[in-house]
Amino acid sequence: MLRFGRRILHAFLVLVAVSLLSFLLLAIAPGNYFDEMRLNPQISSKTVETLKIKYGMDRRWPVRYVKWMHSVAKGEFGYSFAYNCPVGSLLWGRARNTLLLAGLATLLAWMVALPWGVLEALHKGEWMDRAGTLLTALLLAIPDVLLGLFLLLAAARSGLLPAGGMTSTNAGAVTTFAQTRDLAIHLILPVVGLALGLIPILVRHVRSAMVQVLEASYIQAARSFGIGKFRILYRHVFPVAVNPLLSLLGLSLGTLLSMSLLMEVIMSWPGLGPLLLEALFARDLYVVMAGVMLSSAFLLAGNLIADALLYWSDPRIRAV
Amino acid sequence: MRIKWNAKNRALVFVLLAVHLPVVFPGFFSPNDYATQNRNLPFAPPTKLHLVDEAGHFHFRPFVYELNETGSGERGTTYQESRIARFPVHFFVHSAAEDSSNSGTPRLHFFGVEQPGLVYLMGTDGFGRDVFSRMLFGGRISLAAGVLATCLALSLAIVLGVISGFYGHWVDTIVMRGVDIFLALPWLCLLFAVRAVLPLHIRTTETFLLFVGIIGIVGWARPARLIRGLVLTAKERNFVLASRAFGASDFHILRRHILPQVTGTLLTLAALLIPQFLLAEVTLSFLGLGVGEPLPSLGNLLAELQKYSVLTSYWWMYCPAMALVLLFLAYQWTAKALQDEITEVTW
Repeated sequence: MLRFGRRILHAFLVLVAVSLLSFLLLAIAPGNYFDEMRLNPQISSKTVETLKIKYGMDRRWPVRYVKWMHSVAKGEFGYSFAYNCPVGSLLWGRARNTLLLAGLATLLAWMVALPWGVLEALHKGEWMDRAGTLLTALLLAIPDVLLGLFLLLAAARSGLLPAGGMTSTNAGAVTTFAQTRDLAIHLILPVVGLALGLIPILVRHVRSAMVQVLEASYIQAARSFGIGKFRILYRHVFPVAVNPLLSLLGLSLGTLLSMSLLMEVIMSWPGLGPLLLEALFARDLYVVMAGVMLSSAFLLAGNLIADALLYWSDPRIRAV
Repeated sequence: MRIKWNAKNRALVFVLLAVHLPVVFPGFFSPNDYATQNRNLPFAPPTKLHLVDEAGHFHFRPFVYELNETGSGERGTTYQESRIARFPVHFFVHSAAEDSSNSGTPRLHFFGVEQPGLVYLMGTDGFGRDVFSRMLFGGRISLAAGVLATCLALSLAIVLGVISGFYGHWVDTIVMRGVDIFLALPWLCLLFAVRAVLPLHIRTTETFLLFVGIIGIVGWARPARLIRGLVLTAKERNFVLASRAFGASDFHILRRHILPQVTGTLLTLAALLIPQFLLAEVTLSFLGLGVGEPLPSLGNLLAELQKYSVLTSYWWMYCPAMALVLLFLAYQWTAKALQDEITEVTW
């Protein structure tokens, strides 16, 4: 347990370092939101100066960093210049949409990849394995951008699914059931796109983890004792093969916030991706920063969860 | 590490050459310039190569007809071939060069058609620019970004990984903390953050170099950790210990004993990282943060597909994307071949 406390502390320190690093980067950056504003002839330079003072942008960066830390503690994550409101309130709604999308995609990907990888490993070298490997290689070679575009094309051509967005414009005040249905229909495309990108990676890991255990000598011994195929699989293979997969699960939980950014932009899903991109173009730096911080916090949390799961599942680790 | 010259590896080398040569020498392999616009032919479909002419005569040398606009409707401009004059295809021709790339001097092309004929193997984009040529030139830029960023990331990774693995102690601690920080940042977010720092409107060459810098600096952490691990085991091997006992200097041990043990993994890493970094360039350019017009890159060629009309009506605009997939497959294959080679040597 002490070890675990240290891990948490370590993760927290890394997070602080990340924030310091990104803050420094933003501090030495040439140009900011107000420089772009100054180019606008309709805004007087006096207004710009007052705004700058109001947001504390005239102070040196250590002062700003401390102020920013305060607002993080309050859950505000700084102030967005472009939206004129605390970043936190902007972020939560968007993060919820992103989590919904990425969570479903991750779930789907694992549900497909687990049986697929196990089947490939059990039939290693046979036609099923080869065909599967070929398919994963092909899927792996198609970048996410392209997957998204293909799906959009398919949706546009067939007209069965809406091409992008999260809700239909005319789906205003109808029943909750109709709303849910509308949301579900809009979810299909981005979820499938994300899952297709994730599946080949997962399948490869599942397969290699399984193959490694299946070739171990204690499995052969179990087989020679005449233990049934399924019992070997459930009692002897899975508990060992699950270890690398738990780390992978932690990682895929950690990337929940960041994996779908690109797909969101392509499918115009109102998640963190489009928000960050807009903020980037507007040089609304606190929004970008909050996005980065939130994603890395998730990643670190994912690693911690993986550690905890490993600790729980593997007695060998507990013994250390 | 010695690579066997068997049929499989020969095929691999052939594929790699076939994929890379046209992209590395786009000026030679593309029939047109990448920036020349032909406003009469927006979104023209790929030029058809014929062998049999209107009168039914067979020609050994393929030829093309001139395209004429027949009207523009809802689905864009429609074209028809005017079958009056034939323009045969020739190999190794000199262009009558309004090449923007080399100011007016005629340039040797791998193939082309007789003047004033035009050949667009993959059609044209909205400005009447040759998609095939743009794909090759864009491929060069994207590939260069991938390769240079990989070189940068790997050199950083080698220096830091080897130092941290070889010398250990506090150096190791510092470097590994750095790795932790960089691994805690999702790469797209990090790219966004670093990109946010840079001015939006800068010249294209500067963007390109900045890009390579950003991607390279962001990508050093994972390979560095891998290399450190390898060095840790490598320096405990008996022959390394023996060499140390004979009084070899650190530099000698690193050069003669440690680095050779890492080379195979380095090559595999390179084959894995190049497509990954190439994809980073594609992603940023796709989002409009990278290489800008009129310079093509695989990313901003893909970005045109974001327009609904292009996505649904002009299938030839997908060709650059297919090239990207081919490139990725080639690199995947290379990485796998190298990986097999290493495991055979080590185990």
